[in-house]
Amino acid sequence: MKLRCLCVLPGEHFGEEFGKINLMRKVPALRDGDFYLAESIAIMIYLAEKFETPDFWYPTDIRQRARVNEYLSWQHQGIRTHSSKVFWLRVMIPMVMGVEVPKEKMDAALEDLNSSLKLIEEKFLDDRPFIAGDQVSLADIVAIVEIMQPVGSGLDVFQGRLKLSAWRDRVQAAIGKELFDEAHQAILGAQENVKLLDPTVLQASKSKILRYFM
Amino acid sequence: MAAGRPVQVYLDLLSQPCRAVYILLTCTKIPHKVHAVALRKGEHRTPEFTNMNLMQKVPVLVDSGFILTESDAILKYLATQYDVPEHWYPRQPQQRARVDEYTAWHHTNTRAHAAKVFILEVLLPRHMGSAVDKVALNNALSNLKNTLDKLETMFLRRQPFLCGDDITVADLLAICELMQPLGAGRDILKDHPQLQRWRSRVQSAVGKSFDEAHAVSSGPCELHQNRDLLWHSSLSN
Repeated sequence: MKLRCLCVLPGEHFGEEFGKINLMRKVPALRDGDFYLAESIAIMIYLAEKFETPDFWYPTDIRQRARVNEYLSWQHQGIRTHSSKVFWLRVMIPMVMGVEVPKEKMDAALEDLNSSLKLIEEKFLDDRPFIAGDQVSLADIVAIVEIMQPVGSGLDVFQGRLKLSAWRDRVQAAIGKELFDEAHQAILGAQENVKLLDPTVLQASKSKILRYFM
Repeated sequence: MAAGRPVQVYLDLLSQPCRAVYILLTCTKIPHKVHAVALRKGEHRTPEFTNMNLMQKVPVLVDSGFILTESDAILKYLATQYDVPEHWYPRQPQQRARVDEYTAWHHTNTRAHAAKVFILEVLLPRHMGSAVDKVALNNALSNLKNTLDKLETMFLRRQPFLCGDDITVADLLAICELMQPLGAGRDILKDHPQLQRWRSRVQSAVGKSFDEAHAVSSGPCELHQNRDLLWHSSLSN
């Protein structure tokens, strides 16, 4: 299995070669021989099945699997939308695009994020160590990366959230600290790294981005 | 695998994801009991319902004490747990991945954009007693057009159904979202003959379950008369 990194901001995903892999022109994308696949959830499930990963990642027990699928479904609009938006409003829009974000927009986005985090603690974790039960699963990986996105904007979402913090520690231990840190290096360095970005990279999509987020 | 007692489902057929679950249950003849939840009457906010689903949304499945939310998880659970034709959710990994790919993409594309048009054109004006926000509606229609173009050029490219040669749960989720604006008198598939042909294929594949599911929602009067329907699209999963 080969990992190919490409840079989204300079527009590498609009190149001809990438277009053959993923018509949607988004990352991540997978190519397995002549089989092409987009959407991270689908890719993760496909890899878990193909490489026969330990059962807990995507359990074969129908009800446990349904519990994982339930989170993987909810999270698109339930948390991803909000955590991404907070990152864009705190980092990309003001720091890269030089556009000021009105306070009421920021407050509304933060309120949505807070509601989502509350639901994750109350419903998806409840009194369980991980989302699907006693063991880590794909649901926890998908959850942690979304929650880390606003952390990359300088917002410590774990502060004051004991249950969420304890869960994060368990997920980190389950994945392994080294891998967790490697995966999050770019996002945690975002506030510094964006200063090095050429602000014109987002110029072409400026009105679309502002219309979407604000 | 067949279970003992009928599966219980909590549905409001005015909700798109609820219709998808209803169609799968009825056309595959999975033993089930429908508990109608009238969102417009706030039946999703009762202590009893909230106890079952903290998020106060429909659909909800209860199978011998096992409670499950999220329509795509419910559809996949039903297709796996019960003895239904395999095409609904194929076991072959690459075919299954195609369904998982669509059901993931669906949330922020088909669902988000079709529902937005309906909210802006029908629900918000009715609830607020105001005129339609034309700028927002045009924006929403533009996003929806992009989605419809992608459905045709990406998912239906060289195949009769979204994920291959046969109907899957992905087609049910999509069709129910695309039917919602139709129920309010807007034919969003008017300029999309390829999608119209796909719709006909889906209707043929599911038979009378399709009409039964859409009988409630396909009358503009029914939808227009209920102010509380504002909450429908945001209250179903």
